[in-house]
Amino acid sequence: MSLKRIDLLICCGSGCVSAGAIKIKDQFHSVLKDKGLTNEINIIETGCMGPCDYGPVMVIYPEGVFYKKVTPEDVEEIVEEHFLKGRPVKRLMLQDEEEKNYLTNKEIPFYQKQVKVALANCGYIDPESIEEYIATGGYEALGTVLTTMTSQQTIDVIKKSGLRGRGGGGFPTHLKWQMVHDNPSEEKYFICNGDEGDPGAFMDRSLLEGDPHRVLEGMMIAAYAIGAKNGFFYIRAEYPLAIKRIKLAIQKAKEAGLMGENIFGSNFSFEAEVRTGAGAFVCGEETALIHSIEGQRGNPTPKPPYPAVQGLLKKPTIVNNVETLGNIPTIILKGAEWFSSMGTQTSKGTKVFALTGDVRNTGLVEVPMGITLRELIFDVGGGIIGDHKFKAVQLGGPSGGCLTTQHLDVPIDYESLKERGAMMGSGGVIIMNEEKCMVNVAKFFMDFCVDESCGKCAPCRIGLKQMLEILKRIDSGNGKEGDIEELQRLGETISKLALCGLGQTAPNPVLSTIRYFRDEYEAHIRDKSCANKVCLDLMHFEIDKSRCIGCSLCSRKCPTKCISGSREDKYTINQLSCIKCGTCMDVCPVKAISKVPGMHPDVKAKREAEAIKQQNQDE
Amino acid sequence: MKTLADLKKIREKAQEEMKLRGGTTRIKVVVGMGTSGIAMGAREVMKTFLEEIANRNLTDVLVTQTGEKGLSSLEPVVDIIEEGKPKITYGNMTPEKVKKVIVEHIVNGRIVSDYVVATGN
Repeated sequence: MSLKRIDLLICCGSGCVSAGAIKIKDQFHSVLKDKGLTNEINIIETGCMGPCDYGPVMVIYPEGVFYKKVTPEDVEEIVEEHFLKGRPVKRLMLQDEEEKNYLTNKEIPFYQKQVKVALANCGYIDPESIEEYIATGGYEALGTVLTTMTSQQTIDVIKKSGLRGRGGGGFPTHLKWQMVHDNPSEEKYFICNGDEGDPGAFMDRSLLEGDPHRVLEGMMIAAYAIGAKNGFFYIRAEYPLAIKRIKLAIQKAKEAGLMGENIFGSNFSFEAEVRTGAGAFVCGEETALIHSIEGQRGNPTPKPPYPAVQGLLKKPTIVNNVETLGNIPTIILKGAEWFSSMGTQTSKGTKVFALTGDVRNTGLVEVPMGITLRELIFDVGGGIIGDHKFKAVQLGGPSGGCLTTQHLDVPIDYESLKERGAMMGSGGVIIMNEEKCMVNVAKFFMDFCVDESCGKCAPCRIGLKQMLEILKRIDSGNGKEGDIEELQRLGETISKLALCGLGQTAPNPVLSTIRYFRDEYEAHIRDKSCANKVCLDLMHFEIDKSRCIGCSLCSRKCPTKCISGSREDKYTINQLSCIKCGTCMDVCPVKAISKVPGMHPDVKAKREAEAIKQQNQDE
Repeated sequence: MKTLADLKKIREKAQEEMKLRGGTTRIKVVVGMGTSGIAMGAREVMKTFLEEIANRNLTDVLVTQTGEKGLSSLEPVVDIIEEGKPKITYGNMTPEKVKKVIVEHIVNGRIVSDYVVATGN
């Protein structure tokens, strides 16, 4: 046996894995073997380190050197230069705008404003090793609770910490727990909701993949507090790695005697199992989720009765989000005061966000509540990619809403966001630059919700479909006066009448984009023009004859043969046949072809003529 | 596992395994691994450090490396860095000398003055 001198932590979160992290890991194994270094260097697969945009990423200890975008070809150089000669490879380091290298992971601005509680071990330990989790203080909280505290005392700590549900609604965690705790039923259940379905959200997945034991420990503490003996992890089948890791964590905890009968010599016994969901968005709703676990169709039922009164198998049940559970061990260890010292009056602690869209540092971040959107997007996120400007941010996925530049200084907490038409949601943050068309964005989310509606209640099934039809109409240039008001009327009605959270919140993206970008809707309807040239029917392509060199390349490449002309006369597009594929623009060697906002007059005239003809026929 | 004391035992052992990632170490051994250091046998020196430290189960020692130090004529060069004490630099190291440094300096705290080529920063 030999002492190890280097810990090589390779991020094996899903983002880095799809960027090729596994290949790199294998390459390291083979290169180290060739050079006879396997005894000196530990290769550790960790969960998500956060800066997914730079993946595959890795950190090399003891120095903490951070490498980005590593390829299998770089491995040889890293071993040769860094491991053998102690010279970190500069070209793989992260650089700032002045091309200064950031040597270690601690110096990187992306991490500076972050406070990691739930994600403390993500990217730092091997998620498949229970020992490494224990080394960071793991299962200490569970032991403390079981040997020194009553269940009521445990709930009181959580109450004092001010922890609220991280799945979206922000319901105070202790209130739910208290309800089930006070219920005299013999049988109670605990469910961890890992059915993360928002487009662009990957907080829960990353936590389950990166630190499964933390979630498991959180669940056991919670189960002890409410008096449950059985727990379920409900995770969608689209998260195979998360499922594998949590199953392994359960197995390892059992082997270590941390799960099973009389844990830590107490009266508390606990078993947990994993249930996989088929990936329906509505199954993230707690009543639908419970039905899915019971083997029924994943449809929601009206509340009350709340699951805390009548849940799984009609017994009192708690459904908590993955991230909520991830906070619990640390709250127990560091105390409620420590946790509540972070955040705002009503929202305590930290929140994990998944930054996506047109932002430089796409990735997973954890920041204290109360941080402003500006800090989140520009300091942590690194601002907008390229020379673009910030336009809007969609918070809370398809249930949330859009906020704009005027809201950049809004502190992020449950109430502030809700007041302005967005919501905390589970933490998906989609950042958009000025090239995005908000009508199109609203249509995208509405399309998603229509797809995912379970169809049980009419407001959601029929109402959302109507909203989508109106949006499609506006988008294709057939919008008419009154459409905006109709969208608002439908949206507000659905919010009030839909059965479950999915339906109630689905109109939010439309309502909030109307609220803040009404002018765009009006331009689409009245001027038949999409200023950002996104909606194909409301823009067209044009050839600038003064720049056209008459090479005929566009004409030859056009799939509908709608471009004609000659070297002398230059080329023109027959707008009536153009399908707006953009091929001509891509192939033009002199960039003479550009997108122009607005429906072309020829197309407009044709449509009007057709409408009159149709009217005459009807008469 | 039945008590918090059991957990603590596992934790201490596991922390030991993870000390490279920022745990507390008493002594840091830094081997100069530039081209000339390697040419003069720095790899063997480092290997000996790693093996001897593991064999003796010295849990609070960290071995790491650095690039060229500029003392080419004295390679292989090794720094011994101890919290609150001036840095000791040994030169012309060999595996035999390493064993002596471990016994005298690292275990017993007596600097092997014969091998020292520089002290302080």
